Amino acid sequence: MTGEAVTAAQEPISQPQRTDRYVGQYADRAVGMVASEIRALFAVAARPEIVSLAGGSPYVAALPLDAVGDMVGKLVAEHGATALQYCTAQGDTGLRERICEVMALEQIRAHPDEIVVTVGSQQALDLLTRIFVNPGDVVLAEAPSYVGALGAFAAYQAHVVHVAMDDDGLIPEALDEAIARAAARGRRAKFLYTVPNFHNPAGVTLAPGRRHRILDSCRRAGLLVIEDNPYGLLGFDGEPMRALRADDADAVVYLGTFSKTFAAGIRVGWAAAPAAIRDKLVLAAESAVLCHSSFAQLTVREYLATQPWREQIKTFRELYRERRDATLDALAAVMPPGCRWTRPAGGFYVWLTLPDGIDAKVMLPRALSSRVAYVPGTGFYADGSGGGNARLCYSLPDPDRIAEGVRRLAAVIETEIEMRDDFGPLGPAAGSLP
Amino acid sequence: MTDLDRVVVLAGGLSPEREVSLRSGERVRDALAEAGVDAVLAEADSALLSNLRAAPPSAVFPAIHGASGEDGAIREVLGLLGVPYVGSVPSACQMAFDKPTAKALTAAAGLVTPASVTLPRETFHDLGASAVIDLIVAKLGLPLYVKPSRGGSALGAGPVHTAAELPAAVLSCFGYGDTALIERFVSGTEVAVGVVDLGGGPRPLPAVEIVPASGGYDYSARYTPGKTEFYVPARLPGPVAAEAARVALTAHTVLGLRDVSRTDLIVDPAGTVHFLEVNVAPGMTDTSTLPLALEASGHQFGATCVALLELAAARGG
Repeated sequence: MTGEAVTAAQEPISQPQRTDRYVGQYADRAVGMVASEIRALFAVAARPEIVSLAGGSPYVAALPLDAVGDMVGKLVAEHGATALQYCTAQGDTGLRERICEVMALEQIRAHPDEIVVTVGSQQALDLLTRIFVNPGDVVLAEAPSYVGALGAFAAYQAHVVHVAMDDDGLIPEALDEAIARAAARGRRAKFLYTVPNFHNPAGVTLAPGRRHRILDSCRRAGLLVIEDNPYGLLGFDGEPMRALRADDADAVVYLGTFSKTFAAGIRVGWAAAPAAIRDKLVLAAESAVLCHSSFAQLTVREYLATQPWREQIKTFRELYRERRDATLDALAAVMPPGCRWTRPAGGFYVWLTLPDGIDAKVMLPRALSSRVAYVPGTGFYADGSGGGNARLCYSLPDPDRIAEGVRRLAAVIETEIEMRDDFGPLGPAAGSLP
Repeated sequence: MTDLDRVVVLAGGLSPEREVSLRSGERVRDALAEAGVDAVLAEADSALLSNLRAAPPSAVFPAIHGASGEDGAIREVLGLLGVPYVGSVPSACQMAFDKPTAKALTAAAGLVTPASVTLPRETFHDLGASAVIDLIVAKLGLPLYVKPSRGGSALGAGPVHTAAELPAAVLSCFGYGDTALIERFVSGTEVAVGVVDLGGGPRPLPAVEIVPASGGYDYSARYTPGKTEFYVPARLPGPVAAEAARVALTAHTVLGLRDVSRTDLIVDPAGTVHFLEVNVAPGMTDTSTLPLALEASGHQFGATCVALLELAAARGG
């Protein structure tokens, strides 16, 4: 055996080494930006061997890609000097006119001046939080709530208070209670963030009868409503729901996106806001990105002007309806007793409630070993709850793969139930939805 | 100049350490490219065999962590193909990757390793988890450290300070594997010692002392730049540092490892060096300890990777 240590070619380093020389210089809001096990696990979920019910990606392969390609080529050939140039921070006027036509499908009567184009609706969330929220300010959000919104709120150190939902969406009495509780503590919430249609992650829709009550409550409390509506045109039954903003344009900022109705990779969304808020959004957008991609905006404008986009939305709806049905059928066929789930009437998501005492986060590595992925419910709560839930997304895999994925997941849950029975119920309580 | 024609860096895999492996593999590939070697990154997927057959590389650098990468399976297949590779042969990988086996073999060679029990999930089920847990606590005492018997990056692993915490820790562990290794927790200085063999026999690298900024050396502390401080060489008295080197070298030799390994150790306050585990595909990320130890001992990272590949190529498949 050779026992001699390799001779150091330089003086031993007596000072501690850190692999980040800027430790100690980061802002407080960067404290939570660390490597996590859960992110590591999602790296596995992206592999084709895994049936991923995690993602949240739209099925863009259903687009007429050749036609879109021709359209983009023509755009550059004929309008390249504009498409490849800077534009205003508020966004292309022609696109904003088209956006008003899209919003009209949800009975919003808007003027292009009310619109600010953003990089997906995620940037609108970031800008709105930037202009409204100081560290520690209260933001009301559904329980559970969209993970991207929670990320934006966390980045500005908001204090998120979750408001319970049921099968009919946000519960008005719970909202009133949350507003009153904040007021009793001498704090006024800055806004209510809500996804009223085909909720991400819960899959439920705010019932028509509750919409006025929610608006009334917020109006009384002087609370701004942020209506995030990425899935509103992807309902499986009947006409699109009437938007909250259609009933109170002064109290509601509406967020829309072309990520689900056209192409997520284009990254074009928008905010429709009261004038004063719009002005601040434009200034905030200027400081964030100077202006948005002219190329992306004009691509969407041309798509809306030259392609049968309403027909394409119908194609998407049918495709997602088929996948929703495959998911619900598979869940009904194989899920063990004690599991419950929502039945979405549109959008991408089913919210699964696991049997008592089972933790979706602890179960995830075992699910990945069985080659199926989901998102644990904890990602959709700012307070760490939701461990008893999982979000299943059916938008991307084909129906056979969905059925296979649900079968694999059911087997994993069976094993977890057995371990729970062996070790006792250790998992957290599930969220409030059925 | 190198005689290497073209090399394949294997990275990724389907274990929970996939992301870490990709970072390791990319770093190795970049270092090789900088050293003038034509290196490509490849997944161990259904395209691998046909690609290796169609364009046989001079050698393969396996950087897949966790199952299939470190349990010998991929290396077994490379052997079947006759493709040379860096690192240990499959039988040695199997012994090293299975922590209880590695502990038993190193203990038989006279090394000190924390007292432990290894139990599969079925045992808790068949005999009653509560009774088994009571027995473990009665025998090993507290605190304990629970980890999957196979796996790395501290995934599914963690300390247990009270008996009440043990069931949850075991359940978390079972998320990553069906067998739990439950060790008596030894507090002290956490140290990693790399061993490399560049043709002149296995040599220990300077010990790297690991000081997490807060809490334990968990996944976040391992892979978030700045969350852990490293001292290279470790702040150990000379005789203790020499003992740490001896322990790492003994583990490498007893398990029949080849080319490169990293042994994780705890040095208790009395200066006793405890063997915890050994890794046959050590992390090569920008927050990993082996590259730090190489650099501290005057080895360029890229040149070391080239040398290991040249040795593998000369050895043949």
